[in-house]
Amino acid sequence: MSLILENVSKSVDGQSWITDVNMTLEPGSFNVLLGRTLAGKTTIMRLMAGLERPTSGRILMNGVDVTGVPVRQRNLSMVYQQFINYPNLTVYENIASPLRLAKMPKKVIDERVHATADMLRITPLLKRFPTELSGGQQQRTAMARALVKDAELILFDEPLVNLDYKLREELRAELRELFRQRNCIGVYATTEPNEALALGGHTAVLHEGRLLQHGRTPEVYHRPRTIETAEMFSEPPMNIVKAKVTDTEVTFDETVHFQLNADLRMLEPGQYNFGVRPSHIGLVPHADDDLELPVTVDLAEISGSETFLHVRNEYMNLVLHLSGVHEYDVDQKITVYFPTHKLYAFDLAGQIIHAPHRLTGV
Amino acid sequence: MAQITLKALAHSYERNPQSNGDYAIRRMDHVWEQGGAYALLGPSGCGKSTLLNIISGLLEPSDGEILFDGVKVNSLPPEERNIAQVFQFPVIYDTMTVFDNLAFPLRNMKVPEHKIQSKVHEVADILELTPLLKRKAKNLTADEKQKVSMGRGLVRDDVSAILFDEPLTVIDPQLKWKLRRKLKQIHEQFNLTMIYVTHDQLEAATFADKIAVMYEGQVVQFGSPHELFENPSHTFVGYFIGSPGMNFFEVTTSDSGFRYHDIEFPASRKLLQQIDDIGTDNIKLGIRPEFVHVWDNKNSEAFEVDVIDIEDLGTYHIMSFQFKDTVMKARLHEDQKIPTSKAWISFPEQWVKVYVNEFLVEVEGD
Amino acid sequence: MIKTENNKAWFLVLPVFALVAFSAIIPLMTVVNYSVQDVFDAHTRYFVGTEWFTKMLNDPALQSALLKQFGFSFTILLIEVPLGIGIALLMPKRGWSASLCLVLVSLPLLIPLNVVGTIWQIFTRGDIGLMGWTLREMGVSYNISRNAVDAWATIILMDVWHWTPLIALLCYSGLRAIPEAYYQAARIDRASRWAVFRHIQLPKLTNVLIIGVLLRFMDSFMIYAEPFVLTGGGPGSSTTFLSQWLTTMAVGQFDLGPAAAFSLIYFLIILAVSWVFYTAIMNSQKEK
Repeated sequence: MSLILENVSKSVDGQSWITDVNMTLEPGSFNVLLGRTLAGKTTIMRLMAGLERPTSGRILMNGVDVTGVPVRQRNLSMVYQQFINYPNLTVYENIASPLRLAKMPKKVIDERVHATADMLRITPLLKRFPTELSGGQQQRTAMARALVKDAELILFDEPLVNLDYKLREELRAELRELFRQRNCIGVYATTEPNEALALGGHTAVLHEGRLLQHGRTPEVYHRPRTIETAEMFSEPPMNIVKAKVTDTEVTFDETVHFQLNADLRMLEPGQYNFGVRPSHIGLVPHADDDLELPVTVDLAEISGSETFLHVRNEYMNLVLHLSGVHEYDVDQKITVYFPTHKLYAFDLAGQIIHAPHRLTGV
Repeated sequence: MAQITLKALAHSYERNPQSNGDYAIRRMDHVWEQGGAYALLGPSGCGKSTLLNIISGLLEPSDGEILFDGVKVNSLPPEERNIAQVFQFPVIYDTMTVFDNLAFPLRNMKVPEHKIQSKVHEVADILELTPLLKRKAKNLTADEKQKVSMGRGLVRDDVSAILFDEPLTVIDPQLKWKLRRKLKQIHEQFNLTMIYVTHDQLEAATFADKIAVMYEGQVVQFGSPHELFENPSHTFVGYFIGSPGMNFFEVTTSDSGFRYHDIEFPASRKLLQQIDDIGTDNIKLGIRPEFVHVWDNKNSEAFEVDVIDIEDLGTYHIMSFQFKDTVMKARLHEDQKIPTSKAWISFPEQWVKVYVNEFLVEVEGD
Repeated sequence: MIKTENNKAWFLVLPVFALVAFSAIIPLMTVVNYSVQDVFDAHTRYFVGTEWFTKMLNDPALQSALLKQFGFSFTILLIEVPLGIGIALLMPKRGWSASLCLVLVSLPLLIPLNVVGTIWQIFTRGDIGLMGWTLREMGVSYNISRNAVDAWATIILMDVWHWTPLIALLCYSGLRAIPEAYYQAARIDRASRWAVFRHIQLPKLTNVLIIGVLLRFMDSFMIYAEPFVLTGGGPGSSTTFLSQWLTTMAVGQFDLGPAAAFSLIYFLIILAVSWVFYTAIMNSQKEK
């Protein structure tokens, strides 16, 4: 099935929560709704589910207008941030509950529950009660309940947020695998750009109730249409540097300048905002024409296998994303190398003018 | 001043512990040096909270000794140890102003008021709380509250160690790195031993010079973030630190090295002898995804493997591949060619680690 | 997050609204109706305006009863609140002893009001009552039906016995809700026991105490059954509280007009005192 939101808006008490969203979810697609807290992710999910009615606009399922159809008459399921299970039912009964409501024969229920439990690796836990499970197992149970009934639309509202990161890694990979084999629409809300990347599929970037961009995940990541999308879909956030472009040169804040190179030659003279990904600034030069910038370390955040290096000089604050562990003291003076080729250029209205070429992928 | 020493320390909540499994903390010897920035890192249930409570004095260890500067303090309550603690959820005195909150421990110790004034202002300056001193503490934001609870430890001259129990749990993601920076600065300004307990590798590695990784009641590695990454001394450290974690595969020994199916990894005679002396067949080789070499083309030195999956993570890729009966991962940098169905990989020798009974084995005297 | 889509839901509130109308609004209106009329019989009544109100407010007997009532309410609050907090602080925190204490403390709350009166009536008798007899044997002169001070003291004691557990239970639940980290932090800050109470426990108890004090104030202001059974309002009228006074007037003498006027005054006083009290505490909390 397909799901289409057509000019959907929702306002509550005169405040606009969702503004004119147009979105088409392809049959069998997995879609990530990416946005900060209060970007409108949950509201859009509730609109899709029929828990809320849009103030204006239409929602079409398989081409049929379902705008006013209540949630009970739609074939969908939902997984929440909190681990929601029936505490008085065993894991088996929890998973079976949507099938029992649909009055399925006992044998079918049994088969389906076991198949789903196998898929989520909770078969040994079927006889236990939710309170006897760890957080990860509880969320697996909730997911099994959502997956067991062959819903046409499955909504996940930040389901992994309350789990520790190793478990998240695992469940994320499983979820990707599960949806590959299914022909239903998955919608998954998250605040984390890296989660959107790891889940793949399609991504819709939301900001303050507006849909900024929707498309294949790598496409949206590498070809953001506006500076807002570029900032939202990047963790750590993309570095933005003000620059002046003349016929021959690019100048950052009066001090740092370089010759206009082949990549940027198409830029008209004027003021721009240049975006540079944290992983493109390095501790060693990657190209001969990288700019050498003396900076002061604000903090080296180390994640175990990666380092996020916050640095500053008089004119800008930058974040570097480095592979491996790099230990630096606060306020240590170092030199970093700023690329002149992998730059995104945005005009002052925030529209993209130029995105760098990529050797691989999209 | 405080050097904290754990001497043959163990703790069990059972009355008559029988096996290792009955111990929340298994017998350990450990020294936290005066003035160090340490982290205690591990998943939930690894015993880190128990250890924290033993250090702070809320719990008396069932076995062994805990020493502060060489003096046994096993049964001393928290108020008689020279420590301060910052909790997961900010603990502040609601009805008091920020100033009174900071002054509270000093007033309890009957410090003269003029000294309280100067000390509180000094600490408030460092924590950037000066403009808030007259505000009711109840109305502060979570990060300000956490700074106040840290400040109550910093005002005391007698405090020589501060314990942090997942202090950034309730802080906004955007503010976290600023508070982490503040913590590091404070550690540099004050000559204090700081122990930071967390399950988050980022928090631990960012704050600490040295991290103690705990797993099933024991410290499996005590080292710098760098050492944990490059030279994990236990398979758990390899798995837990880094995203994705280290790859492991089970091997057997042969006369000249390790055997994995039809593949031979050469090893020194000395190492093989050491392993033989341990006498077990639980032997694994491990390599981090960052260090797996992926060749662009077929190569005589490389193994041919089947590619299972490519994850596009924006500026790098994670490739999953089938290496005989083990699924492994490799990290590809942005401009690297992405293999399709087959890939050629090799393992640079210096990054292949040997684990016997889950612990790292290196050639002695190497 | 869940917002109304249309106004149909209001119809669902109708039954409750009707119920409230029947149980509260209509009876209250009846009382208002009585309070402005002089009723002789079912067919003869005169409109008298505010006459009953003026008369009631100027009645010295009523004024003294009102004063007595305030005196009583404040006395028991002064005793029950600190005592309740104290008991809550002393109760064990966990284990079987905690459960046992909870049961023991809540026992008086389970006894019907008139039975409480009867129990104490017997308890204080000089011939067979444990307390009355003990005091007599010790040579203390004690007689609630003759000595007004004795009667007062006994009623206060009875109310304290009966209702302190309510405050204690409320405070106990409030104390249990304080995270352990607060106590640990206070120990590390070397706070004295008193400082812990003053700066952690008391502030966290404010909310339950507001509820407790309001409940006890309203309840004690309307006290009826216990003193009625224990002393019958005597000796003389020394323990005749407002509600008993009202009953005598309305049911005993069938002075419906004055009784209705008085009920309204009574109602307004409770409402006003509760409101003043509530806003005062709420404002003191909001202060920065």
